[in-house]
Amino acid sequence: MKILVGYKRVVDYNVRIQVKPDGSGVVTDGVKLSANPFDDIALEEALRLREKGVAEEVIVVGIGPADLTAHLRNGLAMGANRAIHVVTAEAVQPLTAARVFLKLIEKEQPGLVILGKQAIDDDANQTGQMLAALWDRPQATFAGKVEIADGKATVTREVDAGLEVIEAELPAVITTDLRLNEPRFIKLPDIMKAKSKPIDSIELASLNVEAHDHLKTTHYAAPAKRSKGVMVKDAAELVAALKQKGLL
Amino acid sequence: MSKILVVAEHLDGKLNSSTARAVSAAAAVKPDNIDVLILADSVDTIATDASKIEGVSKVLTVARSENSHPLAAVLAPQIAKAAAGYSHVFFPSTTFGKDVAPRVAALLGVAQVSDVMTMEAAHTFTRPIYAGNAIITVEAHPDHAVVATIRTASWPAAGSGSQSATIEALSLDVALPTHTRFIKLRQGNSDRPDLQSAGKVVSGGRGVGSKENFDIIYKLADKIGAAVGASRAAVDAGYVPNELQVGQTGKIIAPELYMAIGISGAIQHLTGIKDAGTIVAINKDAEAPIFEIADLGLVGDLFKLIPELEQAL
Ligand SMILES: Cc1cc2nc3c(=O)[nH]c(=O)nc-3n(C[C@H](O)[C@H](O)[C@H](O)COP(=O)(O)OP(=O)(O)OC[C@H]3O[C@@H](n4cnc5c(N)ncnc54)[C@H](O)[C@@H]3O)c2cc1C
Ligand SMILES: Nc1ncnc2c1ncn2[C@@H]1O[C@H](COP(=O)(O)O)[C@@H](O)[C@H]1O
Repeated sequence: MKILVGYKRVVDYNVRIQVKPDGSGVVTDGVKLSANPFDDIALEEALRLREKGVAEEVIVVGIGPADLTAHLRNGLAMGANRAIHVVTAEAVQPLTAARVFLKLIEKEQPGLVILGKQAIDDDANQTGQMLAALWDRPQATFAGKVEIADGKATVTREVDAGLEVIEAELPAVITTDLRLNEPRFIKLPDIMKAKSKPIDSIELASLNVEAHDHLKTTHYAAPAKRSKGVMVKDAAELVAALKQKGLL
Repeated sequence: MSKILVVAEHLDGKLNSSTARAVSAAAAVKPDNIDVLILADSVDTIATDASKIEGVSKVLTVARSENSHPLAAVLAPQIAKAAAGYSHVFFPSTTFGKDVAPRVAALLGVAQVSDVMTMEAAHTFTRPIYAGNAIITVEAHPDHAVVATIRTASWPAAGSGSQSATIEALSLDVALPTHTRFIKLRQGNSDRPDLQSAGKVVSGGRGVGSKENFDIIYKLADKIGAAVGASRAAVDAGYVPNELQVGQTGKIIAPELYMAIGISGAIQHLTGIKDAGTIVAINKDAEAPIFEIADLGLVGDLFKLIPELEQAL
């Protein structure tokens, strides 16, 4: 079985994003970029399934600009067998990303696709579900535990009410939640090895996907600031302040 | 003109309050109609509850045994079919809505707007990106249906009106997939107020130190009638179950009172509580970032301060 993994590059989660004063975007110049944390978890899960003998090949997929190769090399260094780079200068919205993944699925015929539950830049939380719909296959979102056996995935999902377990026939789309696993660190020798692993580059335009965006972002604003409050000196003062506000 | 379909969330035969929040977001569009769609195995009590929400024109129900559990692959084709003729389809931005809405959007061939905070116009919305560090204005194409999830913390629940909307059973001719099956749901302790709708929330972080120590948080919460929440670190460390996580990738909440105890205040946590009325922080580190947004801050050891706090209540 092949596993296709979404491997998006995003602004590192430690960066405190600043909105440009003119509202035209956020400052990304010189800002540290990293793999979307949920995608590292997706890749880790795929690698573990390969190590267990459930899968033979793990392919990382990145949709993005020409300089995405260094990022994809990290995925290869972590252990993916090969990478597919869908090249586009423009950022793609989730529906377009899902359509791209569908094209790659038609070509690669994976048994499983693992994506992150959300990209921490757009915070959309859509691509996996959209892909599953377009592919007409099961989806198991927000996975906290995955077991593959007998042609199906048994997935424990982190939902608002608690933990839900569902069963999905393969092929299927799984999206990862934070507690699925802890991604491994990349080791130096693996970075060397990754240099000889293949990266397939495909121009987005050559895939014939309908890529016009329905949504236009017209303005960026900084969030409303909460004003700094006061420090109280002890528990009694805190209780008094809360009582005064009518909260206790 | 606008006609909005709000997809109801429910569990164990009860309507979730997130539905009424999505209805108030729908009302902000000033549409001609707001209809609520209920997919369940047995719809009656849920439909009655939904029919009382102020602003609802009609409650549409689809009762099928396949709808006994909210499997996105099963619900989405029905919702996509029911969506015909509507200008907007809204879902609450809960794990239910986040799971199903994009599947519906893709079936309809349209983009989705996630986590709508405000309605600027019928096709113009604001929503957060980068863990709430930027708020963008997005315009959806007026020729297509708008599929959106509603950030529940940004919207009050619509009240219950004196009148009841009509309830109508829909018969949708849709073949449903059998490739996805529900096995079980392990629900957390439900004696305490619900984290997503509670007026008061007491949250503990890594500073609480252990699962056993977390009792101190539960005790304080029970004393003031609050729900219990947690940081990701506390969940990851196994102190509390996953459904208590507050933040960018957990629950986004807006209680009147939020108490963060032994929580440092990482951006991913803060984005989940920005809309809280009053934020209280208790932390032994006076430099902890949580104090930058706390309305009331108290520096010290939580194991000493919480008993003192209970004493003072
Ligand atoms: C993709 C991604 C998504 C994330 N999503 C979320 C999310 O949804 N929600 C979330 O919370 N986090 C999230 N995080 C994690 C986040 O970045 C922080 O790591 C996390 O919030 C830290 O939790 P904490 O404050 O409990 O722990 P810490 O940062 O370790 O802070 C513990 C605090 O306790 C204090 N303390 C220790 N002992 C005591 C004592 N005896 N008395 C008083 N104070 C004490 C310390 O001074 C410290 O400030 C996410 C991270 C990533 C990468
Ligand atoms: N440009 C992209 N390149 C690679 N993977 C992507 C891309 N966009 C979305 N994905 C995948 O889809 C997941 C969810 O993204 P989103 O729906 O944007 O929150 C991500 O975690 C990735 O796994």
